[in-house]
Amino acid sequence: MKTRAPDAFSNGKTPRFEESARESLANPQLRRNLGKATQTIRRKRAVVVEEMPDWEELREAGYALKTRVMRHLDQYLTQLEESVTRAGGQVHWARDGREANRIIAGIVRSHDAKEVVKVKSIATDETKLNEHLEREGIEAFETDLAELIIQLAGETSSHILVPAIHKNRSEIRELFMRELGVKDLSDDPRDLTNAARLYLREKFLKAKVGISGANFAVAETGTICVVESEGNGRMCTTLPPVLVTLMGIEKIIPTWRDYEVFMQLLPRSSTAERMNPYTTFWTGVSEGDGPQEFHLVLMDNGRTEVLADEIGRQTLNCIRCSACLNVCPVYERTGGHAYNSVYPGPIGAILTPQLVGIGRSGSDSLPYASSLCGACYEVCPVKINIPEVLIHLRGRVVRHKQDEGGIKGKLDPENIAMQAMAKTFSDPRLYEGAQKAARIGQWPLARSGAIHRLPGRLAGWTDARDLKPIPEQTFREWWRSRTGSGVSS
Amino acid sequence: MHAALFITCFNDTLFPETGRATVEVLERLGIGVEFPLEQTCCGQMHFNTGYQREAIPLVRRFVQVFKDYEAIVAPSGSCVGMIRELYPLAAELANDKRLAADVEDIAPKVFELSEFLVKKLRVTDVGAYYPHRVTYHPTCHSLRMLEVGDAPLKLLEAVRGIDFVELPEARECCGFGGTFAVKNADTSIAMLGDKLRHVLETGAEVCAAGDNSCLMHIGGGLKRQRAGVRTVHLAEILATTEEMIKP
Repeated sequence: MKTRAPDAFSNGKTPRFEESARESLANPQLRRNLGKATQTIRRKRAVVVEEMPDWEELREAGYALKTRVMRHLDQYLTQLEESVTRAGGQVHWARDGREANRIIAGIVRSHDAKEVVKVKSIATDETKLNEHLEREGIEAFETDLAELIIQLAGETSSHILVPAIHKNRSEIRELFMRELGVKDLSDDPRDLTNAARLYLREKFLKAKVGISGANFAVAETGTICVVESEGNGRMCTTLPPVLVTLMGIEKIIPTWRDYEVFMQLLPRSSTAERMNPYTTFWTGVSEGDGPQEFHLVLMDNGRTEVLADEIGRQTLNCIRCSACLNVCPVYERTGGHAYNSVYPGPIGAILTPQLVGIGRSGSDSLPYASSLCGACYEVCPVKINIPEVLIHLRGRVVRHKQDEGGIKGKLDPENIAMQAMAKTFSDPRLYEGAQKAARIGQWPLARSGAIHRLPGRLAGWTDARDLKPIPEQTFREWWRSRTGSGVSS
Repeated sequence: MHAALFITCFNDTLFPETGRATVEVLERLGIGVEFPLEQTCCGQMHFNTGYQREAIPLVRRFVQVFKDYEAIVAPSGSCVGMIRELYPLAAELANDKRLAADVEDIAPKVFELSEFLVKKLRVTDVGAYYPHRVTYHPTCHSLRMLEVGDAPLKLLEAVRGIDFVELPEARECCGFGGTFAVKNADTSIAMLGDKLRHVLETGAEVCAAGDNSCLMHIGGGLKRQRAGVRTVHLAEILATTEEMIKP
């Protein structure tokens, strides 16, 4: 089995994005699989969004609703707890992932269960619930087809919505033959699905406990919602007698009616469908129907820290649609693993460093994993200004380095260069002097009208690009020679 | 009408020909161009790389130098994007209400060249003649931050002699991204590779754009490949006339 490098939510040292990206960029199969998948879904999304005359108003409404939730999160959370309890559910509070895992393992143990079935849930990936359960002697079976694929492969998800986007069907065929012991399997998607179905049905019927995440939770009624395509989530949430849901505290929406907005925004943005095949709602427990015991675990795990940052807090509006991943030119080429987090792509680049805290080399590199092209903001259904948050977080990373990085932070070559340039730009005379100095200083580098190799940290530029030398006359020198003054007419 | 030219430090130092072309086009349209020599840099590189405290004095300088002009024109979508979209953030970070108010006043007076011509002056035909096969890369900041829309294309359509060919997947980022091009050089180059492929598909001899920073990146790649395609700023195409070409 393939072991992956430590991720941002582990205690080990997480690699920086640019290091991991180099590895992914050199993988032609990955590039081909991702390019094909993201371009297809991007085109489909554009079609189903285009047909909505009120798309901008819907985005505006989604943004307004989520912003209100964040402003009054404390009240909505208490309201949700009351609603769920009233409906016969039990609510647990978890400060961090470890506490959430302990609570969930405790519930599973209290039912003497050795196996649990899981609905696709990124929150449980964030807390590494499966590993924790394994240590407690409990086996967790992923039932979402793509999650099953990566669980069998011993890998981690590389996309929020399509965790196995980096794999093509012939790779999946080989995996199923090897791990599920299926003989004579073709790479036809129908055959692959059937193989998984046979394997999973048995698990659904045996499991005493189902574990899910949540797409939304209504504060007013206590209704939890899971949006999916396969129906496996529906089976996990209805067949086992006990259901446990782990949810980040930001998943709340105020009222039942608000689904009207999100159920239009989410499917079109995520799978490019007008409506997804399975949407499951449940409110507490119903006697004689479905699970007779329901636990809701509300997890913070860094979210209140995000909420405290005025610019960063919009990150919590995310409804995990993954439209930003599918349009991102960086994600399209590096894939999700380069982000070393369960949250990849543009949203991961702003969410991960805020959840784990600024000042860790690996996650501090994520806000820089963007050319700031703005394609993500353009498609975000809840109008998260991702480029703005990226820039804001870059500021926090640099200020942290300067203020808390000690002498090493101050002597950082980039810091020194930036300080020197800021000083130069602060005075037109220093600036003009620097222009002249650069023109003279470049002579050892320029060969026949081009610079082919730059030294040090700038060498990345000339790896694949020539550089134009600085010309003989700056614009301002020309202007002076032309007018002798500041005005042309 | 008078307009102040904000040349940008990048064009001033590396692409003076773009500045000269901008002056040529504006004066041809009867605009009195002024060039305040106290200008330096808008602070975009510092701000976007995270050196935001260092960018604040540059924001103050820009506002101080340009606040009294009725219009400010720059041949760069991304520097104008910095001023219009990110100066308010810088003023907030500086915790300076006076600066915030000045920024609010100045922002709507700052124009990228193509939007100044098409949206403010309502001119599309600037009398240019350019007998070449040209494709156009709409840079991300002019497209998504400034929303200049088809203003550059309208200007190019009106150029006489031009053989304009649309760039496939034009809205895709070229991979420049400021310090991204160096910090994440591998990803930047992977993005550039696809952009170059599309440029070459057009069979154009000239790839134009409204930002010399993106063009330096695209042009650097083309040159390294000996592709035989030049990169030219939109202003230089608009400045070229029949008289200049024929002796």
